Amino acid sequence: MKNQNITAAQNDFHKANLKRNIRYMIVFLVFAAAFVWITVWNINSGNVDISMKEILRIIFFREGEEMNYNIIWKIRLPRILMAAILGGALSLSGFLLQTFFENPIAGPFVLGISSGAKMVVALAMIYFIEKYHVVSSYTLIIAAFVGSMISLGFILLFSRRISHMATLLVGGIMIGYICSAITDFIVNFAEDSDIVNLHGWSQGSFSGMSWSNVQVSVIVIGITFVLTFLLSKPIGAFQLGEAYAQSMGVNIRFFRVTILVLSSILSATVTAFAGPISFVGIAVPFLVKKALNTAKPLVVIPATFLGGAVFCMFCDLIARLAFAPTELNISTVTSIFGAPIVIFMMLKKKGR
Amino acid sequence: MAEYYLQTENMAVGYDRKTLIHDICIRIKKGEIVTLIGPNGSGKSTILKSITRQLKLIGGKVILDADDLHGYSYRKLSTKMAVVLTERMKPEMMTCHDIVATGRYPYTGKLGILSREDEKKVEEALAAVHALELGNRDFRAISDGQRQRVLLARAICQEPDIIILDEPTSFLDIRHKLELLSILRNMAKEKQITVVMSLHEIDLAQKISDKIICVKGEIISYCGEPEKIFQGDIIRDLYQIDKGYFDPCFGSIELPKPEGDPEVFVLSACGSGIPVFRKLQKENKPFAAGILYKNDIDYQVARVLASEVVTEEPFREIGDRALERARTLMRQAKVVINAGVTIGACNQRMEVLLAEAEEMKHYVVYK
Repeated sequence: MKNQNITAAQNDFHKANLKRNIRYMIVFLVFAAAFVWITVWNINSGNVDISMKEILRIIFFREGEEMNYNIIWKIRLPRILMAAILGGALSLSGFLLQTFFENPIAGPFVLGISSGAKMVVALAMIYFIEKYHVVSSYTLIIAAFVGSMISLGFILLFSRRISHMATLLVGGIMIGYICSAITDFIVNFAEDSDIVNLHGWSQGSFSGMSWSNVQVSVIVIGITFVLTFLLSKPIGAFQLGEAYAQSMGVNIRFFRVTILVLSSILSATVTAFAGPISFVGIAVPFLVKKALNTAKPLVVIPATFLGGAVFCMFCDLIARLAFAPTELNISTVTSIFGAPIVIFMMLKKKGR
Repeated sequence: MAEYYLQTENMAVGYDRKTLIHDICIRIKKGEIVTLIGPNGSGKSTILKSITRQLKLIGGKVILDADDLHGYSYRKLSTKMAVVLTERMKPEMMTCHDIVATGRYPYTGKLGILSREDEKKVEEALAAVHALELGNRDFRAISDGQRQRVLLARAICQEPDIIILDEPTSFLDIRHKLELLSILRNMAKEKQITVVMSLHEIDLAQKISDKIICVKGEIISYCGEPEKIFQGDIIRDLYQIDKGYFDPCFGSIELPKPEGDPEVFVLSACGSGIPVFRKLQKENKPFAAGILYKNDIDYQVARVLASEVVTEEPFREIGDRALERARTLMRQAKVVINAGVTIGACNQRMEVLLAEAEEMKHYVVYK
């Protein structure tokens, strides 16, 4: 009798499991389709009209009119790729921070981590350009990482004293303001030629990306992504809380540091190349989890990355096209879509 | 194998290097159920957290299965020890099945994907706590009692030799308390799993435990079999009960008795008096009762609640002294209540008392 019950329950479970797996597959397929569609649309649109036929010829046969060729290969493609990679990285960074703080509205932007990165990157840019007239991508990433860690340090100090999540966010936002104020201060005293660079960047934008940028971010973010994915198992354990995770055999101290470093590398890379971008880190993981109806890291991690890529490519498309030829800041667009989602999440949280 | 499965040697525990409780020496055999009892804030959780390595020891040693606990890797420890904690977790979008499956963590591969074998273990664990039907429900959407059972299933699924539970019965109603404890008892006796837990319900602790540890601030005040602990004033001392009463034999509790000279006299026998005693106590009217044999169930309640009880030794005829005292009390009382008296061969003199009572002005028969 007991065994029969177990078999029945097992069948039940297998049915549910199958349903779940189908759902995961559908979500991934939808994301992949959206990815392809937006990529095509993105390449296909802009201030200069290029016909579809020519685009295909330029991409696959590498031939065509020189100006169009350059627009596609030197401007549009790297930009699209960067939007995809950085968008994915930003969302994943958000997911890691949410896991760490056990708080669904944590993210690199609201916790002031992006602003900290921005501050140190601004300093590094001015210093290196003045001295050597060039800054390497890696230098910027390291600067951004240092800045992220400074903000994160303060957040951790706060989080020891404040366990309430809303208060923690207020702390993060304050840190963000302080860092932004310092950045503005620095920018004010920088020389004119630097300011042009700094100003566009400090507002957040995917414009002006080069293939070398793509290369660097593929390497850095690629490695970080793989490492994060390999941590799916302990992240899953951590979702039950620290004490349970430890009782399952997770070395908590090591794990906590790893999570923070990984999320900082991800968001630092984004900030180094595209400046601070708001709300993606919160909105995307939330939507992805809702779509998958699970928080299992094994599926959520790749889905979040893919979802973030699609989201940022879409937002970049709007930033480019909405008021063409004027471009919007990427944060303007991500905020319009992201902020309402965050408000919705907070309202829902209260109701519980 | 060592004689004891879990042993602490002069363990000192506390937070932030401040010692709360010191010189803790506990010895637990395999398959035993050991319960920590003590007032709120006495440090039961602190001790449990130290045994599970959530807190660092301040002094002494813990020996698990003949090895120093702190020499274990977290991984190895996780195959020996599982926990059920008090913290209320709210995992996002996880079904009960998912929660239980996390118990398989030490046994799954790098990415934590469950094998067929693991799936079966999960089902068995759910079946062991009678929660099979909860498998596909969201963990946040079930009741406290169900949640506690699912968490226990999670611990069982981890296939430990010892399970540590911090107040597993809080938030549960009486039925679920009993259910949970009987699952624990089956587990301990059938699978030889050692159970260490803290409980607030001392009456339940007495009935389920092989050993009881009394935690009273700074020190362990007593440690031993429940038969020894639940005697005399140990429990009263532990909880510093000065108001009300705790009966160590039945594990029952009573509120303090009404103060003052008896205003009411209750005649009863064989349990008929108990509802009357309780009613008078609720109305805060001091009363006397009699004449009760010391083995009468009424006596057990009356001695706790009544200002005075007139008694007689069991199976004897009622003596003159008892009769005289009862008469005096009855005359002094403002009201005399007859709760129903069964009369047999020994207590025929109760009829004398009853006859006298019927003549009185304030005589009431309680039905």
